[in-house]
Amino acid sequence: MTDHDRTDTLVPDEGLAPASTALPTADVMEELATPPRSQWRDVWDQFKTHKGAMIGAILFIIIVAGVYLGPYLWSIDPTQIDIRSRNQGPSWAHPFGTDQLGRDILARMMSGGQTSVSVGITAMLLALFLGSLVGVVAGFFRRLDGPLMRLTDLFLALPLLPLLLVMMLLFREPLSATFGLERGIFILIVCAIGITSWMPTARIVRGDVLAIKEREFVLAARSIGTSNTQIITRHILPNVLSPIMVSATLGIATAIITESALSFLGLGFPPDFPTWGRLLFDGVDYLQQYPERVFWPGLAISLTVLSVNYLGDGLRDALDPRIRGR
Amino acid sequence: MLNFTIRRLVLAVPTLLFISLVIFLLLELAPGDPMAQVPLTVPPEVKEKMREALGLGQPMHIRFWKWIVQFFWIEPQVLVDAMFGTTFSEGDLRVISWQTRSPVMDIVVQRIPQTLWVVGTAYVVAILIALPIGIYSAYRQYSWFDQMGTFVSMIGFSVPPFFSGVLVIVIFSVQLGWFPSIYDTTLVVNSWDSFMLQLKQMIMPVMVLALQITAQLSRFMRASMLDNLNQDYVRTARAKGLSEYTVVMVHVLRNSMIPVVTVIALGIPAIFGGAIITEQVFKVNGIGQLLIGAIQANDLPMVQTLTFIFAVLIVVFNLIADVLYGILDPRIRYD
Repeated sequence: MTDHDRTDTLVPDEGLAPASTALPTADVMEELATPPRSQWRDVWDQFKTHKGAMIGAILFIIIVAGVYLGPYLWSIDPTQIDIRSRNQGPSWAHPFGTDQLGRDILARMMSGGQTSVSVGITAMLLALFLGSLVGVVAGFFRRLDGPLMRLTDLFLALPLLPLLLVMMLLFREPLSATFGLERGIFILIVCAIGITSWMPTARIVRGDVLAIKEREFVLAARSIGTSNTQIITRHILPNVLSPIMVSATLGIATAIITESALSFLGLGFPPDFPTWGRLLFDGVDYLQQYPERVFWPGLAISLTVLSVNYLGDGLRDALDPRIRGR
Repeated sequence: MLNFTIRRLVLAVPTLLFISLVIFLLLELAPGDPMAQVPLTVPPEVKEKMREALGLGQPMHIRFWKWIVQFFWIEPQVLVDAMFGTTFSEGDLRVISWQTRSPVMDIVVQRIPQTLWVVGTAYVVAILIALPIGIYSAYRQYSWFDQMGTFVSMIGFSVPPFFSGVLVIVIFSVQLGWFPSIYDTTLVVNSWDSFMLQLKQMIMPVMVLALQITAQLSRFMRASMLDNLNQDYVRTARAKGLSEYTVVMVHVLRNSMIPVVTVIALGIPAIFGGAIITEQVFKVNGIGQLLIGAIQANDLPMVQTLTFIFAVLIVVFNLIADVLYGILDPRIRYD
């Protein structure tokens, strides 16, 4: 029942009906006297009990903070070339060592992480927007359900990695000519990943919308003359928020892996704008002499994805009211 | 059942047409000119002739039709010719690679065995590992074995193949020197020694691919077993006094395998796509590397054909999964 606590305030009839029929006992009176717990409080309490998810959340926050705030503490320019101190091992001046041009690897890891994490988050937002839009429209309007779901099936049948590679090949130059090298590739990668990864979200959201639109509170809203747009934004969307949030976390993970894979295949960002995947790709050439150059970016990618996956796992448990009571 | 299969087959045709159209249009509408690499000193009329020689002179829909005909009509004829020595395809124009000026399919046929060996072995190995793990984790839910399984499969999900691949190269090939880091495709297996060499060079790519597949399959097997373990028929089987082994391995396993078998079928095309990266890491010259090479060389017919082959794989295995589900679970057929 926690699911429509918030909608109760929007649909006053629903909450009042049971109270007027039953005679309140002392027990119920006491329960009514205590202030109601908000749904998010319950979710948070459940989330806290999932150890892996808590560790994942903390780790993810540390990684994001380190990547964005780190450069303020570690002020070496990632592009600064110091050819005399090239290929150095770890030292106090360069904790992760330097690369073949003497650039500080720690600084490069931070700036690479900024690109990787922002690509991950932006691509996830785009995929989420497309997926929720298609899912809600398909679930809510019966006439559009068939065509939109066939479209989703067709997209699912596309070979994604080869298509992504082809898109990178074809649109790289025109886009970087229009928007500048770095921003052009950023837009291209975000759009390519977003367009090819909205389908699972759309399917899940559609399923939930189909179930929710038959519920009484939607009927009540409709009976007092609420328009379709308002029903969707105020009654349906808040109730499909949990599957959307879970696919958001998983979306970040896939987006980061896809971006790194593209960079690793040499079709992502150019070498001047390092990302974790690009750093890994550059490190492979020096695999025999300096294996740590491959290790750090790879570890960063894996840890980020691992933490996000655990976060999503915990979120799924916490947002599921059937599990939450136990 | 036949009816069901035919309906699925008919549905696959528009899907394939749509995908071929998407791939064709993507390459067609892309800004960028195949003649961009030609030096500026070449006069425009010569460029125009070169363009025509590449088959770029005609309008878009005619070229799309020609490509479809080449792919679905002429190439199968070539295959029949090669198999039975007939001459159906003599004189027909095939899809020609811009890189090598030879038919694309000939090159693909040369490359496919390497991919199939690595991917196929990895898939078999992964299934053999994943199923027992999934069964046992479900049977002893929340035991330390189950927790370990969950953790290992989380790692399998999270560590991308381009990192795990490089990592095993560093450990087993650079540090320990056990296995070669580069896959030698010219190796001919004709003796015990060469067989051992082949085995050695296959271990690492297979390991990397298998880790990923195992992670997904074992999770799926576990979930499917858990769904069935609490069903009424399991209680009935136990009440009849059947041994625990029979209950789990015969009654529960048979029912749990239904969705797992379809997932195994659905996973095969994804593995081919994922193998692109693994092939790149271990320098296996299969179709994945062929695609990357073609993309870097701007060889559009090759890219088009390869991408479409990946799409055909997806559609075909979706079909196989659907039909398999229908065979294994009679309830599905009457939808």
